[in-house]
Amino acid sequence: MINKINRRTALLGLGAGTGALAAAGVLPRSMGFAQAQSSAPIKIGFQKHATGIGAAYGRWYGATTDAAVKRINDNGGINGRPVEIVTEDDGTDPSRGAEALEKFANQHDCDVAFGTLFSHVVIGSAPRAGELKIPYFVVSEGHHVASGGLNRYTLQPGITDVKSQVISMAPFVANNLGKKVTMIYPDFAFGHDHRDFFTQAIEAQGGEVVAKIAIPPTETTFTRYFPNIPRETEVIYHVMVGPAVLTFVKELGEFFGPSRPEIFGFIDSLEAVDINSSGLEFLEGTYFWEGMPRHAQADQTEYDKAYRAAVGVNERGASIDDPANVSTFAHMFGCWETLNIIKAGMESADYQGPQDRTKLIEAVEAVTDMPESEDHPQGDKLFNGKTHQTFGKQYISKVSEGRLVLEHTASIEDGLYEDEVDYTTQSF
Amino acid sequence: MLASLEGAVISAILVLTAMGLSIVFGVMRVVNVAHGEFFMLGAVLAWVVTTTLGGHPVFGFVAALIVVPVLVGCIAAGADRLILKRVNYDPDRTIVATIGMLYIIQQATLMTYGPEARPVEAPFNTRLSLPWFEFGDEGFQMIWPWGLSITSYKLFVIFAAIAVLIALWIVLTRTKIGLIMRATQQDSDTAQAFGVPVGKVYSWVFGLGAGLAALGAVLVVPIQQAHYLMGGDPLLLAFIVVIIGGLGSLPGTVIAALLIGMSDGIISVFFSPTLAKIIATFLVAMVLVFRPQGLLGRAPS
Repeated sequence: MINKINRRTALLGLGAGTGALAAAGVLPRSMGFAQAQSSAPIKIGFQKHATGIGAAYGRWYGATTDAAVKRINDNGGINGRPVEIVTEDDGTDPSRGAEALEKFANQHDCDVAFGTLFSHVVIGSAPRAGELKIPYFVVSEGHHVASGGLNRYTLQPGITDVKSQVISMAPFVANNLGKKVTMIYPDFAFGHDHRDFFTQAIEAQGGEVVAKIAIPPTETTFTRYFPNIPRETEVIYHVMVGPAVLTFVKELGEFFGPSRPEIFGFIDSLEAVDINSSGLEFLEGTYFWEGMPRHAQADQTEYDKAYRAAVGVNERGASIDDPANVSTFAHMFGCWETLNIIKAGMESADYQGPQDRTKLIEAVEAVTDMPESEDHPQGDKLFNGKTHQTFGKQYISKVSEGRLVLEHTASIEDGLYEDEVDYTTQSF
Repeated sequence: MLASLEGAVISAILVLTAMGLSIVFGVMRVVNVAHGEFFMLGAVLAWVVTTTLGGHPVFGFVAALIVVPVLVGCIAAGADRLILKRVNYDPDRTIVATIGMLYIIQQATLMTYGPEARPVEAPFNTRLSLPWFEFGDEGFQMIWPWGLSITSYKLFVIFAAIAVLIALWIVLTRTKIGLIMRATQQDSDTAQAFGVPVGKVYSWVFGLGAGLAALGAVLVVPIQQAHYLMGGDPLLLAFIVVIIGGLGSLPGTVIAALLIGMSDGIISVFFSPTLAKIIATFLVAMVLVFRPQGLLGRAPS
């Protein structure tokens, strides 16, 4: 069918257009400027790892973000305005990450950008955030924020960085598991943070790293890396990311068989994977760092309960609708908490629009203590406005009878270190 | 020991994948850039078949082993009819066309199957540890160190690949199908004149090549996981193998696959996997410089 444009339809179209213009442009002006502005949504650009090696994280960062935004909107939004999430897929790729930020700033008119996990994407995107002068709230764990390598527009208020995590883990490893450690980590910035800071931290405890095995995060088969594990190894320290983490842990089990050393892993190696998958039986009795305990513990807080219900995960950290769909529970709380911090920051800065972006950053920099609450279900937080980095409790769980049971909680003080930068002295 | 076993598994998968690429090039003179995606498709469909059937892993796996290569072969044959035939198998244009196919298959998988890596359970998987003899404090003794082991499934992969290879060899050299394929390879115009349906042969061969890649993938998927980006590595390695072995030469492909697989296994274990890739690529460069037709390829007359 071909629609012919004749005079009548043209006139009709013109008439409708004028009407729409009047509705959109003229009427609000006559009804008052302030009202129109205050009801416009606050737009938060969500840089999502929807595809690429970070897809499992992206999916759950998305679910947590939606739940947090729904809760904020149900409670009246931010400064009385609703929050709207604008999602862009970054393909877990640094150059696409920077493009996503450009779209947020220039096309979607977002107020802030948020949500990145993978450290290479953060490092690739942050300079662009500084140039575009858009606040960039990352949920990445990497030490790049607190190291001073980024800029005043990049903040990490919702999740503890790797340096702090490993400093607080090292005493437990050295005192309970062994002093001679072999590290297996992904070969990019995040893994290098683990390598550098854990090596220092374990030496401070009188231990040593006897071998460092770097594996590209895109690798699909791992057995051939394992023969480099020295025989004297007392503890395996593993942290792996990417789509093949299940294969990684399985092959680790096949490699060791019944005669394994102690194993201490970051749960990253098993995020989005059921701990009871076949081939993982050998994990019984091994230890995991967890950002937030995946399995609900005996002394579960009401905040934890409310958070699980809002996001839609059960007491084993899997989707309520599909128990096979296991979440990235140890990381995704960062999205929830970061959005609540953005809300708190915008409200204390009386944020009205992009012209107030610097006021927002100053307001967040002024934050210090964030007590455990529904806004912060993972636990108490201490934010350092100078380094733009937050510090929280860290958890060590032991696998027993197919459950991750909390064994040790490292306090915030256990993970503190000296400031390496003061972003507040940088100009906007 | 572990090194050579790992190498043998890598070779086994590689030889199937590279064989597909090599046959397609040998008979059709088509450089199939989408070959890795047919591999990926095999792995993903294996997951689909095993999860839809459910039940015992053996049942699902055997079903996948039969259904998936046929299915992928049919898809490939369809693609041949639909696309490659229309560009008249022109060497330059088929490369561009198969690059297009690569993206279509990859993105279609992303849109339907999703970006996750999903595991397929192996039909059987027991860890077989191997003893090691050494002179310790108490004289000669046998120890069972960690690491020195293989799983029964990995052994099965090696033998399955050998079996498929032998079957393929018999088909190509002892049957009428093989004869027709070889005739088409030598001179397609004359073959056509003798009543060989060259168009059909091309579709069959393209399907066979993709089916072999899919078969390799079904075998490998219980060891790795099915993921929409998994086609890149096998494509690269298959190209390396085919170039070293000589494009279109089947014995050359087998020898090169063994060479690359074993060296990859051994170098990875004793040095680093990155070094193994560097050496493989270096080998390709050397072969291209000193023996452009490949180890067993025939120089163009």
